[in-house]
Amino acid sequence: MRKKMIGACCLLPLMWLASSGIAWAADAPKIDSGDTAFVLLCAALVLLMTPGLALFYGGMVRRKNVLSTIMHSFIIIALVSVQWVLFGYTLAFGPDKLHLIGNLSWLGLIGVGGAPNPDYAATIPHLAYMAFQLMFAIITAALISGSFAERFRFPAFLIFTLLWTTIVYDPMAHWVWGAGGWLRNLGVLDFAGGTVVHISSGVSGLVTALVLGKRLGYGREPMVPHHLPFTVLGAGLLWFGWFGFNAGSALAANGLAANAFVVTNTAAAAAALSWLCTEWIHNGKPTILGAASGCVAGLVAITPASGFVTPLSAVLIGLIGGIICYFAVSVVKAKLGYDDSLDAFGVHGIGGTWGALATGLFATTAVNPAGANGLFFGNPGQLWTQFIGVITSWAFAAIVTFIILKVVSLFTRLRASDEEELAGLDLPMHGERAYDYIS
Amino acid sequence: MTKIECVIRPEKLDAVMDALGQFGNPGMTVSEVKGCGLQRGWKEVYRGVESTIKLLSKIKIEVVVKDETVDQAVQLICRAARTGEVGDGKIFLYPVADVVRIRTGETGESAIY
Repeated sequence: MRKKMIGACCLLPLMWLASSGIAWAADAPKIDSGDTAFVLLCAALVLLMTPGLALFYGGMVRRKNVLSTIMHSFIIIALVSVQWVLFGYTLAFGPDKLHLIGNLSWLGLIGVGGAPNPDYAATIPHLAYMAFQLMFAIITAALISGSFAERFRFPAFLIFTLLWTTIVYDPMAHWVWGAGGWLRNLGVLDFAGGTVVHISSGVSGLVTALVLGKRLGYGREPMVPHHLPFTVLGAGLLWFGWFGFNAGSALAANGLAANAFVVTNTAAAAAALSWLCTEWIHNGKPTILGAASGCVAGLVAITPASGFVTPLSAVLIGLIGGIICYFAVSVVKAKLGYDDSLDAFGVHGIGGTWGALATGLFATTAVNPAGANGLFFGNPGQLWTQFIGVITSWAFAAIVTFIILKVVSLFTRLRASDEEELAGLDLPMHGERAYDYIS
Repeated sequence: MTKIECVIRPEKLDAVMDALGQFGNPGMTVSEVKGCGLQRGWKEVYRGVESTIKLLSKIKIEVVVKDETVDQAVQLICRAARTGEVGDGKIFLYPVADVVRIRTGETGESAIY
């Protein structure tokens, strides 16, 4: 009863803001230099996450595969940047077709210029919004590479990534964030990409790991990280860049951005602590890999919620996210026996699912009047809406990724040969080594 | 002439080098090596997944001495490298046919030091 009253009280300012928003939108959109500077810098921060991810993953593989692993993330920056300008952006954010995809009217960014697009962000140039969204498309594709590290053939990887970004990421971004997208119309809350970025990449990673099969010797030979300081540096860069990811998703330098900034840091910190303590109790030792993994799990979990929840809720989302992800990678993965090399699924798929559902629990219009209340703020329906978003993302990502892999395998071999894999991918596939032994 | 090849605990390297230095032989070759033996491996846990590491890190020292000083050198190394626990390492002795100092072309015992 009390929760319902709180919910009703929160609705009043929402209605007021909605009406004032309509009146305001009638004015010609005007660029705000503060917002523009903020969003452009945030885009640069998000870009930095992908080289950070390259280090995060690169440190966790064996030394013979470090360059091929770093290559996955790095070359995706180049590949998706070009795809996005040519046709990716218009598919994801172009004028709506059937609530499923953008049409091709912004092909090659024609018509996307310095003037704002009020459908997305009324106070910054449309190009700034496009650039910010590009960085999300890049990191999402790169996240998947954690699942197939140490065994994917490079040519197949390139074709897979291009197809995946085009027919998995671009439509999903349209559904959740595009004007007219059906999940957005349904009221699914995803502030910075729990479904679009983390569930999509994590689940696709799991499917790729299953289709490719386990690495040779998996479960019999030790496959231990070769350079954990890389991984920690990478986690640090991810943490840093994530402020751009979440706070920047406010698309303005305002209070909502500040809230997203604070809850992002809080959840990362809480999850680092909870993962560390859980493994300490479960395995007897607190590890730096655990602390770094926990911080990333917390960042993933808070991502969809970051524009809708309070810092106190972020503590809970982070604490629970760290524990869930720890058990996903240490217990569930071993029980089910799949080889998700660097736990893209365990951290991003599971963490993203938790975050998307947690948004349906902890969201409050007191933080963001344009959002909605969650279960704990008197609106159980939001949890159901979030659940629909989660199930849809899982199903779409899994099925389409599977189809893409099968199609690519008709044209080229997906997996490295046994000789290449045993030698490590760096030398046979790229002709270079990370570490020279005699010089 | 005899080549002494000993595999020791990494933390005992300084002690063994000091001991051989007191004995008056400054020349040796040191390598970082991996190996297995009675000591067995150990477990490492990454993200909750246990891995058994079978190969342990050791230090290998190779030093060539005159035949009359072999026993003394071996004793010095044993004293310096011993902890009494499993894993202290091993010493191997090999006869050396000849030694050549590359700079001068000297051969035999005078080329050792």
